[in-house]
Amino acid sequence: MENVFIIDPARCIGCQACVQACSECGTHRGTSMIHLEYIHRESTIQTTPQVCMHCENPTCAQVCPADAIKQNPDGIVHTSLKPRCIGCQNCVLACPFGVPKYLSDADQMIKCDMCYDRTSVGKRPMCATVCPSEALYFGTLEEWKARRRGKPVNQWRFGRQTVTTNVYMVLPESAPKEVRIDVRLKDVVSIKREEVSV
Amino acid sequence: MLSQLDKKGTRNGVAATLLLVVAIYLGSGKLKHFDPALIAYTSATVFATFGIVYRYSVWLQKPPTAMYWRRGWQLFMRPSRLPANCLHLLRLLVQNIGLQKFISNRDPLRWLAHFLMSWGCILAVAVTFPLVFGWVHFEADPQNQEYYVAMVFGTAAGRFPAYSWVGWVTFHILDFCAVAIIIGMAIAMKRRMSDRGAMSVQTFGMDFLPLIMLFSVCVTGLMLTVSALWLQGHSYSFLALLHAFSVIVTLIYLPFGKFFHIFQRPANLGVQFYKQEGRETEQAVCVRCQQPYASKLHVEDLKVVLKELDMEPEFEDGTHYQDICPACRRKLMAINQREAIGGHGYL
Repeated sequence: MENVFIIDPARCIGCQACVQACSECGTHRGTSMIHLEYIHRESTIQTTPQVCMHCENPTCAQVCPADAIKQNPDGIVHTSLKPRCIGCQNCVLACPFGVPKYLSDADQMIKCDMCYDRTSVGKRPMCATVCPSEALYFGTLEEWKARRRGKPVNQWRFGRQTVTTNVYMVLPESAPKEVRIDVRLKDVVSIKREEVSV
Repeated sequence: MLSQLDKKGTRNGVAATLLLVVAIYLGSGKLKHFDPALIAYTSATVFATFGIVYRYSVWLQKPPTAMYWRRGWQLFMRPSRLPANCLHLLRLLVQNIGLQKFISNRDPLRWLAHFLMSWGCILAVAVTFPLVFGWVHFEADPQNQEYYVAMVFGTAAGRFPAYSWVGWVTFHILDFCAVAIIIGMAIAMKRRMSDRGAMSVQTFGMDFLPLIMLFSVCVTGLMLTVSALWLQGHSYSFLALLHAFSVIVTLIYLPFGKFFHIFQRPANLGVQFYKQEGRETEQAVCVRCQQPYASKLHVEDLKVVLKELDMEPEFEDGTHYQDICPACRRKLMAINQREAIGGHGYL
C-alpha cells in the first residue's frame, strides 16, 4: 500500500526532535531542512513544523532561473542541483509554504526532499520517525484513518493560485476539498479576524 | 521535427556556428594551417556550438531566467557604476570561477575534485581548440632546427628549444590535464559510490556518464603518449581513433547533459549584482509581521515572473502572497488549521 505524508500542526508539541533528526538524514549532511515555527510566542505555546509539501506543479521549480529544482516521477521535489543552483533565492520567496532555505556560505538553496535516501527504499522520513505526537505522519492512509479523526487535505488556494500537494494536512471533516488560505488571520485566537494594514 | 525547433534558438545557434566557421577559416590562414586529419574534431565542435547556443537561447526565454538576464545587464551596465562593476566582476571571476570558493564551503574534498576536473578541462580546451582550428601551430625555426616557433594566427608568438623543460611541458600539457582530471574524477567517483545521499538521487545519465566520458578521453589520450614514448608507436593509429571517438562523443554530449552547467553557472555572477542592488535599496516589509524579509526589487520582479507563469497568488483585497514573508507563510498554514478546527486543540 502506498505511503502518504500527513502533517497536523495542531499536534505539534515543539519538542524539536524533527529538527534534530532531519539533520541526520543521509541526503541532508548535517543541515536540518525542516522548519519549526513558534506561532506567537508571547501568547501561545503553539508551534508548527513545516516540511516541503511536494507540490504537483512546484512553484519553486517554475521560478528557478537555472532549472536546478527537479521532480521525480513519484512526486518528490528535490533540493537544488548543486552544479546548477545560482543562489538567486527566487524559490525561497516564491514557495507558498515558505519551505526552501538559502545557505549563504554555499550560495545555494536547500529544501526538504522527504529524506529521499530513506523513502525511496520504503523507510520513513527522519522527522516522521521521531515525532512523538504524530504531528508528522508517514504511512498508509488506511492506517491513519483507522485511528485518527479529521480529513487529510492537499488542495490549497492562495489568492488566484491553486496548489495541489503530495503532502496532506489534517483538517476537520467539514473542510472543503480545496482550502482557501486566509491571510488576514491574527496569530492569537482570541483576536477575531481583522484587516491587516497593507 | 525541424518545425518544433525554437526559432530564436535556431537563429542564434546558426549565427554562432557560422561565426565559428568563419573564425576557423580566417584564423587558420584560409585553411592553410588547418589539419584535415582533425576535421572530425572540428565538425563535432561546430555541432556542439550550435547545440549549446540553441539550448542557452531557449533557456534565456524562460520567464525567471529572462528577468535575471535583463536585470543583471541593466544593473551592470549603468554608466555611474560600470567601472566599479567591472572591478567587482573581476573579483567574482577569481573567487567563483577561478578558485570556486563556494564549493569549498560545502565540502573541501568535493572542491578538490571539482577544481581538478574543471581546470584540467579548461586548460585542455584552451590548448586543444586553437590547435584543432588551426589558430595555433608550431614550426621548426628555419634559423635553428633545434628551436620551435609558436605561431598564433599566422604570427610568430615565441620560440623555445625543443629539448628543454619549456618544450617538454608544452608538448605534455594535455597529459598533465588528463592526470588532474583522473584524480578529480576518482574522488568524485568514490563519493558517488559511498555517499548515501548522493547514491539515492544520482542517475547514470546525469552523474556517471559524464565521469565515464571524461575518463575515456583522458585514458585514451594518455595511452597515445605511452604508445609514442615507450611502445615505439605500437597501436598508435587505433588509439588515435579511440581517442577521437571519445572526444567527439563528449563534445556532442555537451549541450544535452550535466556539462551544460559550465555555461549556465556563470549566471551566478549576474545574480551577485542583483543581490548587491537589493541590499542597497528599499526592503520589502511583510504585511503580517511588519519585518523586512527581502529586497523590494526582488519581490516586485517575482510578482511579474509569477504572472507570466500563470501563478497569481493575489487575493481579492489586493494582498499578494509575495508581500508575506516565508516565516509568516509557514505560520499561516497552522493558523488556518486552527481556525478551521475552531480554536486551540486538535481533532
